[in-house]
Amino acid sequence: MRMRENTILRVAAKSLLPFFFLFAFYVQFHGDFGPGGGFQAGVIFAAGVVLYGLIYGVDAAKAVIPKPWVEVGVALGVLIWIATGVATMLEGGRYLEYGKLDVAHPVHGQHLGILFVEFGVLMAVASGMTLIFYLFAERGR
Amino acid sequence: MFAPLADWASSLEALTEHFPVLVVVLPMLAAPLCFLVRHANLARAIGGLAAVACFAMVVQLLGRVLDEGVVSYRLGGWPPPLGIEYRYDLINTFVALIVSAMAAIVIPFGQNPRAFAVPPGRHNVVYAVYALCAAGLLGMTVTGDLFNIYVFLEISSLSAYTLVAIGSERRALMSAFSYLTMGTIGGLFFLIGVGMLYQMTGTLNIVDLSERLADVSSVRTLSVAFAMLFIGLSIKLAVFPLHQWLPNAYTFAPPKVSAFLAATATKVAFYVMLRVIFTIFGRERSFEQMNLDRILLPLSVAAMFMGSIAAIYQLNIKRLLAYSSIAQIGYMTLGISLNSESGLVGGIVHLFNHAVMKGGLFLAVACILFRLGSVKIEDMRGLGRRMPWTMGAVLIFGLGLIGVPGTVGFVSKWYLVVGAIERDLHVVAFLTLVSSLLAVVYVWRLVEVAWFSKASEGSSAQTVREAPLAMLLPVWLLALASLWFGISTDHSAGIARLAAQQLLGTAP
Amino acid sequence: MSAYLGLWHYHACIVLMMVGLFAVISRQHLVKKILGLTITQVSVIMFFVAMGKVRDGTAPILATMEAEAVATAARDVDYSNPIPHVLMLTAIVVGVATNALGLSFVVRIKASYGSAEEDEILAADHETSKRESAAL
Repeated sequence: MRMRENTILRVAAKSLLPFFFLFAFYVQFHGDFGPGGGFQAGVIFAAGVVLYGLIYGVDAAKAVIPKPWVEVGVALGVLIWIATGVATMLEGGRYLEYGKLDVAHPVHGQHLGILFVEFGVLMAVASGMTLIFYLFAERGR
Repeated sequence: MFAPLADWASSLEALTEHFPVLVVVLPMLAAPLCFLVRHANLARAIGGLAAVACFAMVVQLLGRVLDEGVVSYRLGGWPPPLGIEYRYDLINTFVALIVSAMAAIVIPFGQNPRAFAVPPGRHNVVYAVYALCAAGLLGMTVTGDLFNIYVFLEISSLSAYTLVAIGSERRALMSAFSYLTMGTIGGLFFLIGVGMLYQMTGTLNIVDLSERLADVSSVRTLSVAFAMLFIGLSIKLAVFPLHQWLPNAYTFAPPKVSAFLAATATKVAFYVMLRVIFTIFGRERSFEQMNLDRILLPLSVAAMFMGSIAAIYQLNIKRLLAYSSIAQIGYMTLGISLNSESGLVGGIVHLFNHAVMKGGLFLAVACILFRLGSVKIEDMRGLGRRMPWTMGAVLIFGLGLIGVPGTVGFVSKWYLVVGAIERDLHVVAFLTLVSSLLAVVYVWRLVEVAWFSKASEGSSAQTVREAPLAMLLPVWLLALASLWFGISTDHSAGIARLAAQQLLGTAP
Repeated sequence: MSAYLGLWHYHACIVLMMVGLFAVISRQHLVKKILGLTITQVSVIMFFVAMGKVRDGTAPILATMEAEAVATAARDVDYSNPIPHVLMLTAIVVGVATNALGLSFVVRIKASYGSAEEDEILAADHETSKRESAAL
């Protein structure tokens, strides 16, 4: 409750938050060319939500990202990953053989496949971390 | 975007080609779906369907493996030493068959909602965790990549901790906590071992690893790696002095969870141990350089006696079965430590037999708990007359635990005793028989209470009815299996013999 | 002697691991046990990371995509082995999951026992089982 009165923290957090999420997406998409990827991006994204929850209270965070969403997000992230694998199988390749996603340009297909899978990972990790935060924050209130 | 599929036949054939990976993907797909549907029966249908489909696929794969030898599947199309390979040979297809069969028996027949401390309306989560656990165990079994085994090991373990923790008693939480502590340390020891092997060979593919290890001369690092892998797996398998997590976990978990874990989790750990000892390090190195038998043989014998003696004194039937599991694991590791073909056949076939017997026994306990509301042996007085089918099945499995001819238990003990005599270890053969007599004592306690003592006045054992058909069906499926495979040994022991020959490299 | 000093990073991992295992075994408080487990996990992760590191090696990323440049670059520059590092990414995820699950157990244990000290919980469990056997 003290946090509500702490203007500096509130203002600093508010101005930092957009960059949190922007940085998460930067890490996500830069994962195609260098270090980065879905897991790190997901954690950074969730860190943004957690910071918001810490400063403004869990209820405020839940108003932005409702708990049912994150519950669905965990499962949906895994489903996206599996669906990518199944799609490559339907295209006549092996499980997760990304090259088959674009028959004309296998390299392009690989980019596409990694993009899908990493998106699934981002979703699962970000939702999972946020869900853990929500569940622990709810206790003892 | 998707290539049109010509007709049913060709599409089915195209699908058959993907069975090796679908065995793992299907339960893993079922898990999030079960989580999403938010309806217990719908989740049960999804999980059950996935488990049954898995079982069917493994049966088909076993046929292929028996016909063509090894079936290999390259994930992502990458060739083996670089990419991850799912590799089916006899031993792991056999273990995968057990795991998927148990999943297909436990999941579709539903769970007793009172056995779980899960709020009503969220019971779909139970099925999601079951599916995840099955996916992890199957993945561990079929993958040909050592690090992949670690990842699947942790997936299955984490879901197993969860399944134990959602037992209805509060003591389930503490036993899940110590299971988690022990299990995580075991997993980390395994991981260190994997790291050392990688450091020495630069590969994680099991087949590639075993070939490259032949050139490694540094005995010290190899010994440490072997010790790390062995101890890590021993914790997961609950080999005698490292078994402390098991009795509490099996006692306080919901009985169907105990049935599933007893029949699968320790069995898969045993399989990985076989893989490490016989495929990666090889028989010669394991037994002559590392002197594995000198460590494992005394521990196995100690487990057989300690487990059976502790089982005799238990008041709670689940705890009795848990201690008996430790003894049975002793028989399995005895099969390894005998270092002979018959011994190994005994170990592998006991893996199968124990899965059938202990799975069936815990499912029978689920019936008892459902009707009687208690798992204390004292409360089961006169239950043989009130629940004849349930207790009849318990009797059949109990005879199997003793090793009476005509039940599965006899087959494995036969091979173990033969293996011991072949190695001139007459004392061990004798001790195996003596420990079976201890099993007579604890099985007799159940028989005596159920049939030869009267239910005390006013106790619920006087009024209970037989368990519902949906609960009896899986129990009797396993009971009939335990009789069938006790008489016709072609399938279980026959495959176990071929698998042992493949592991030892003595295949004709 | 130099062989031991040169492998100081492995020794550091061993020390870290022992610290973690000691905490798991000796501490009564369940959260401290979880922390001990985390330290043990970190020691294994450090072991793998140390294993993959090549002295003066850089990150194994190719700046250009041209075949010739790749060949030259691969010859001239030492790269650290990325595989152990990638494996540890997975192990970290496993560690996070284990931590979350372990801590959630502790939260529920605290809620139902009113304590997170192992000896108090075991004493309470002992009471329960004594009551159960007395009821017979």
